[in-house]
Amino acid sequence: MRDAAATMRSEFIGLYGMVERNWYLIKRYAWWEIAFFFWTAANTLTIVFIAKGVEATGGKIDIDKLTTVLLIGAVMWSYLGIVFELLIETVAWERWEGTIEYTFMAPLTRATHLLGTGIFAIGYGIVRASIVFVAIAAFFGLHMPNANFATALVLIAVASVSFVGIGMMTAVLPLISPEKGTQFGYVAQGLMLVVSGVYYPVTVLPAFMQWIAKISPATYALRGERSAILDGATVGQVWGDIWPMVIIGVISVPLGIWVFRRGELHAKRHGKLKRSG
Amino acid sequence: MFALEVHNLRKEFFRRDATRTRGRKRRRRVAALEGVTFTMERGECVAILGQNGSGKSTLVRLLSTLLLPDGGSASIFGHDVVKESRPVQRLVNRVSVEASFFKKMSSEENLAYASRFYGMPPSATKTAIPEILERVGFPVGRRHEGMEHLSRGMQQKVALARALLTSPVLLLLDEPTTGLDPRSKLEVQDFIRDVWASHDATILLCTHDLREAEVLADRVGILDRGRLIALDSADVLKEEFEAETLEEAFFAATGRTFEDEKDEDAERGVFA
Repeated sequence: MRDAAATMRSEFIGLYGMVERNWYLIKRYAWWEIAFFFWTAANTLTIVFIAKGVEATGGKIDIDKLTTVLLIGAVMWSYLGIVFELLIETVAWERWEGTIEYTFMAPLTRATHLLGTGIFAIGYGIVRASIVFVAIAAFFGLHMPNANFATALVLIAVASVSFVGIGMMTAVLPLISPEKGTQFGYVAQGLMLVVSGVYYPVTVLPAFMQWIAKISPATYALRGERSAILDGATVGQVWGDIWPMVIIGVISVPLGIWVFRRGELHAKRHGKLKRSG
Repeated sequence: MFALEVHNLRKEFFRRDATRTRGRKRRRRVAALEGVTFTMERGECVAILGQNGSGKSTLVRLLSTLLLPDGGSASIFGHDVVKESRPVQRLVNRVSVEASFFKKMSSEENLAYASRFYGMPPSATKTAIPEILERVGFPVGRRHEGMEHLSRGMQQKVALARALLTSPVLLLLDEPTTGLDPRSKLEVQDFIRDVWASHDATILLCTHDLREAEVLADRVGILDRGRLIALDSADVLKEEFEAETLEEAFFAATGRTFEDEKDEDAERGVFA
């Protein structure tokens, strides 16, 4: 009993260590973070301006509504990007700095290691995505009188669990391919969003893509967020979007840890768990 | 119980060849370690000598649970490195040829990060980090500076501090002084001697510095192309190979000098 408590305490300290280390790195690369923020904001603007462009070319639309729909899609894209990027860096950055061997030889479970990064990624991602959302909404003078931000926050929190689970699966890629693994993580992010109705309703997709959309947590997150922000939906009203995300989360996190462990064993067998770069 | 027991340990890697057979690149087996067997008593310091690519780093990485062996076994204080990796990880730490830190982070931040994985909370590292840095001869006032601003010798001292902070029972030193200037090299060697004398630590030192091996270790092993061909005290090795110096003993045992590296060694060095 005492041993179990000591092990649990040790794991919590390790989890805190991952969050603490990521915080140190964000602080040390603060100017880069600001530069990336502007890049994300510029990227988001290029998408959100599409609504104005449609009106300018003679289309008749509810410009405020379409702008908000696109803004939610673009912010969700950037949020997912942050979560996936931080998780992929679990391996990629450590490999580049050479600390990977010290981290992987430490007496910490891989679940704690990955969850620590996941928790930081969620916190940091929500803060950064919220700032982008507020800044772009202010830039366009968007009014969201019905918005229910509490529901929006609950939705993103629930979605994040499955995003972290899937992110863990992509985090294994740099272990298998040190050269191209990181880039392939971004491919996974893009594929996930393209079927999830990031800037359009899922119904416009071909039938097979609509089927894939059903197993993507981003589909429910985007639909729920739009209901919460545009229509002021309560948690109860978006329950139909929450429960599939809960199920996907319950499956994807253990699956992500399992996939990562398999990748780690592969790397240990083939001598890939070492510095490169 | 032995501090370290290695029995018939084997590790091989596959390498894609430039030559093709039926349009496909051939895969060639490169043996990094072949049937390595030895034991270490608690509190002992053993040096493993070998050229680049001899398998020294592969041995250290196998004992650190970073590689899975293809055959044989290794156990640390009775814990198998494959089947009981978690208890092994609690007992072991290492210093390698590359200091390996987050360059933008300070030495204090890097040490804090490493120690959290061993269950050390902020309340413990607040005092432990300055203390250990002082012990390794690192100017404590510079602990908030980014690692990138520190010299190679300073970085290696922080690497030693990182290994000792977690109080390992088995310390694996993989060429800890390679690339250091003579003064830093002596300082690090002095510190290793000091740690060995004052800690209840068992030390496995992999090096290609013959003098370092002779000065620091109880016994010296010669690892050649993945095979441990000799292991005894420096004096016994010299006697056995009828040599005046350890370098001559190495030459007699392997049939080549330290400088006499072949292409095969360079190729093996990619893995080892």
